[in-house]
Amino acid sequence: MNRKKNTLFWNLAFFAVIIGIGFFIYRASLKINYTWNWRAVPSYLVYKAQHEIDSPVNGVVEGFKDGELSVKTIKGKVIYVKVEHPILKIGAVVNAGDELGYNASYKPGPLLMGLYMTIKISVVSIVIALAIGLITGLMRISENPLLKNLSTVYIELVRGTPLLVQIFIVYFFIGTLFNMTRFIAGAFALAVFEGAYIAEIIRAGIQSIPKGQTEASLALGMNYFQIMRHIIIPQAFKRVLPALAGQFISLIKDSSLLSVISLTELTKAGREVVASTFSPFEVWFTVAALYFVVTYGLSLLDRYLERRLAGDE
Amino acid sequence: MNDNGDYIIVAEQVNKTYPNGVKALRDVSLGVKKGEVVVIVGASGSGKTTFLRTINQLETVDSGRIIVDNVEITDPKTNLTKIRADIGMVFQHFNVFPHLTVLENVMLAQTLVRKRKKEEAKQIAMEFLTKVGIEDKKEEYPTNLSGGQKQRVAIARALAMHPKIMLFDEATSALDPEMVGGILDIMKQLAKEGKTMIVVTHEMGFAREAADRIVYMDSGKIIEMGTPEEIFDHPKTDRLKQFLSQIL
Repeated sequence: MNRKKNTLFWNLAFFAVIIGIGFFIYRASLKINYTWNWRAVPSYLVYKAQHEIDSPVNGVVEGFKDGELSVKTIKGKVIYVKVEHPILKIGAVVNAGDELGYNASYKPGPLLMGLYMTIKISVVSIVIALAIGLITGLMRISENPLLKNLSTVYIELVRGTPLLVQIFIVYFFIGTLFNMTRFIAGAFALAVFEGAYIAEIIRAGIQSIPKGQTEASLALGMNYFQIMRHIIIPQAFKRVLPALAGQFISLIKDSSLLSVISLTELTKAGREVVASTFSPFEVWFTVAALYFVVTYGLSLLDRYLERRLAGDE
Repeated sequence: MNDNGDYIIVAEQVNKTYPNGVKALRDVSLGVKKGEVVVIVGASGSGKTTFLRTINQLETVDSGRIIVDNVEITDPKTNLTKIRADIGMVFQHFNVFPHLTVLENVMLAQTLVRKRKKEEAKQIAMEFLTKVGIEDKKEEYPTNLSGGQKQRVAIARALAMHPKIMLFDEATSALDPEMVGGILDIMKQLAKEGKTMIVVTHEMGFAREAADRIVYMDSGKIIEMGTPEEIFDHPKTDRLKQFLSQIL
């Protein structure tokens, strides 16, 4: 009973601290000369697009019913056109091609398009990075000096140089050599960078599996690939899942650096929106929130998977 | 290699030194006949486990050769996976696969190595799980099993491959005392059925009862070899006499 009370107290204290920090930030923001304009932000996420509906024929606007405008031609034929918002009055004379009105539909704004690009390039990079990481991770524990040294050089080079510099090198040098698009160059640069870290995670995971597992598999007549595929990697994967999820979250955040090669992902989109709205605070907070939604979603997925996989241990 | 008579395992002058300089095997030679049960005894560090592991090449040798079922397994050109499938092995620490259910543990190598269809593999798996008495645990994961039950899974897993030879490496040493009897009973049953077995164990009761021949090893050498009566009742060497006096 006492213990329960205690956690309740500290939970309340937690909320008090959070509210306190929020209040402090709010008060501080009042002191600076800045006009907050949150209203502009939603339209950069989703906006209502209008597109013009033109009259297909010459004639007279006769009536408007059930979202349809009827136009009577000179020959007496009546044509119905779907228009949500008519701009012409009944009885107006129209020529073919004149605007009758417009339809409106919701379209993703630049920030949401940027988020879509961030997710797309992250997914592509994660798949490639996992493949690179798995292969080089296995090479790293190989007894063959060629494979072992190649993977060591790759891992050390990639980990020893900044991602930003790697992006420039991939885009301007390798990208030019192989005529890569921004997207391919960006995805490739990210995958090569994260692959090195994933390789180390996978190596550690594989080495953490007891030797007896390999010996029992060998004794049953299984070959190297069968042992890796069916015995070692499934067990190692479970152990490294939290580290792997952390690396994926890093990758999503690191994709913001791809804005330097003019790939319109979330960060670049944010910069463009700031340039046209002059509301940097609101926009960057929104961009941060969008990143957080994705990374926190991944974090929840990881927790769910960990709990599901925990079944057999 | 065709002149081995009815020997299914022949080891000739096998030597092995570990990288740390310990001489694990010195000129070990041994022939095992089809259907024979050979029990290897000796103190810890005598090389008995190392020798057992050279028979399916989990341990390489420095010199000498080992021929299993007319295949020279110590030849670097030998396809090990093929001959290993014919040599079942049971380990001290079970080494069951924790991410697979009991049934999957017994089925996996059957489908991958023996290329059996799922249905057939399942049927054979159930046959051996029943034989070792844990057919009711088939859907469990190993973490929910006792040591004795895990070792039964490991035995069923090895037997399901229909091996020509079974190797037991201190199969009861890691078990709680009350579990030992059950595992030894299974091993005795296999011996009675005429399985070729090499057993490394500290269980002298089992050795006396089930062995056709007992091999006594010390510091990497075979010191004495004979029937249970010769070894236990009429030891010739001082080293064996001393060993027996320590354990009996």
